[in-house]
Amino acid sequence: MRQPTRGPFDAAPPPAAARLLPPASVLLASLITTWPFIATFPSLPPFGLMMLLGWRLTRPDVFRIWAPLPLGFFDDLVSGQPLGNAMLLWTLCFFMIDLIDQRLVFRDFWQDWLIASGAIGFCLIVGRLVAAPLGAHVDTVLLLQIVISAMLFPLVARFCAWLDRKRGGE
Amino acid sequence: MAPSRNRRPGFSRRAQYSLFLGYVIAVAGSLVGAVLLALATLDPPAFAALRATLAEVTTPISSGIAALGRGIASIPSSASDYVGVRKQNALLRKELEDNHALLMRARTLSYDNRRLKALLKLREATPGPVVAARLVSSSASSTRRFGVLNAGSWQGVMQGQPVRGPEGLIGRILETGPNTARVLLLSDPESIVPVRRTRDGLPALAAGRGDGLLDIRSASLANVGFEPGDIFVTSGTGGIYSPNIPVARVLKRARDTALARTFAEPDTLDFALVQQAFLPVASAAAAPAP
Repeated sequence: MRQPTRGPFDAAPPPAAARLLPPASVLLASLITTWPFIATFPSLPPFGLMMLLGWRLTRPDVFRIWAPLPLGFFDDLVSGQPLGNAMLLWTLCFFMIDLIDQRLVFRDFWQDWLIASGAIGFCLIVGRLVAAPLGAHVDTVLLLQIVISAMLFPLVARFCAWLDRKRGGE
Repeated sequence: MAPSRNRRPGFSRRAQYSLFLGYVIAVAGSLVGAVLLALATLDPPAFAALRATLAEVTTPISSGIAALGRGIASIPSSASDYVGVRKQNALLRKELEDNHALLMRARTLSYDNRRLKALLKLREATPGPVVAARLVSSSASSTRRFGVLNAGSWQGVMQGQPVRGPEGLIGRILETGPNTARVLLLSDPESIVPVRRTRDGLPALAAGRGDGLLDIRSASLANVGFEPGDIFVTSGTGGIYSPNIPVARVLKRARDTALARTFAEPDTLDFALVQQAFLPVASAAAAPAP
């Protein structure tokens, strides 16, 4: 988010591969829906969103505020939701996290987990309202999907931290 | 974690402007996203070309992984097949004997049927298959139920054609790309198929619920009773689905709206057969001349 100009004593910016790793990992997580498996009800957690939140909450500086736009656009193309759904909702999540960053200054992982669960629940519920008609009987499985996704978030955050270490983040 | 409340990136005007510009882009982009979302909701096939382009890339990968998975999964079954083949042989021979009498009867019936139909001069439009392909992936994280088929317009697949499996109806084609097509599965909350009961020809509508099951709604009379085990096949009304494709079986006794399970289980990843639309829309529009 914050990209100060580099002074003469600052460290060199990371190489291109290290800068491209976070967005690439989010794109790959979005592509999990192309795994050859025909679901009869919404069962797969939104891994693209979870990866994005994982990066945003562990390393606030890797993604600019507008990063969810292209990533969400790609996710909409593969997820089956109407186009613009993730673009809008993911950016709103980033705005909310940005606000929380200023109010809630010292945070623990518990708070991060709560924020991520809220964001996942928000995106899934609004996405359901947008995509499926109100009378559809998907609410129970949607609740299940939200709970599973929230439970899986620590793993995803851990994975993001591991990737961050591998790419040589300080 | 450490506070990151200092939003001013220093004294550099350039850094301040770039931060501000980032927020401007984000707000403008989310507005664009809202507009796209409204467009896509009002006109669902609006961005089909974009999706199809990406599906062209991802579908071969999905097909490859699926083929690999099938290969690995078939090892235990082929081993057990080898062991069980002798017993099965004896069983099958016995079954063949048993079925012989039935077959003779069916042959006479079929002959009678043909003659009677010829008498009635009933012209039956039997739409031929377009292509046999596989469903390779689906929208597993969304509340909509779409599948991706690894055949497209280059193989003759067109929008609106019905897709069926060996057991029954799977859905219909929604969007096509050169080598891929998007299938609206039966269980999608916006899928509706006109059906009739095999027992007495009662017309009904099979609407997807979104959770893998269907709602069978009576189309004609009020106060219609559904029994568990009632079988519904497509009726051919509407001109998309050709008649007599098995669709669903009722699960529970109910009145007017019954819960039903589809015959085709798309999650078994078997072959899907794309058929010609029963009565293509253009000819149906031209037909009512008198």
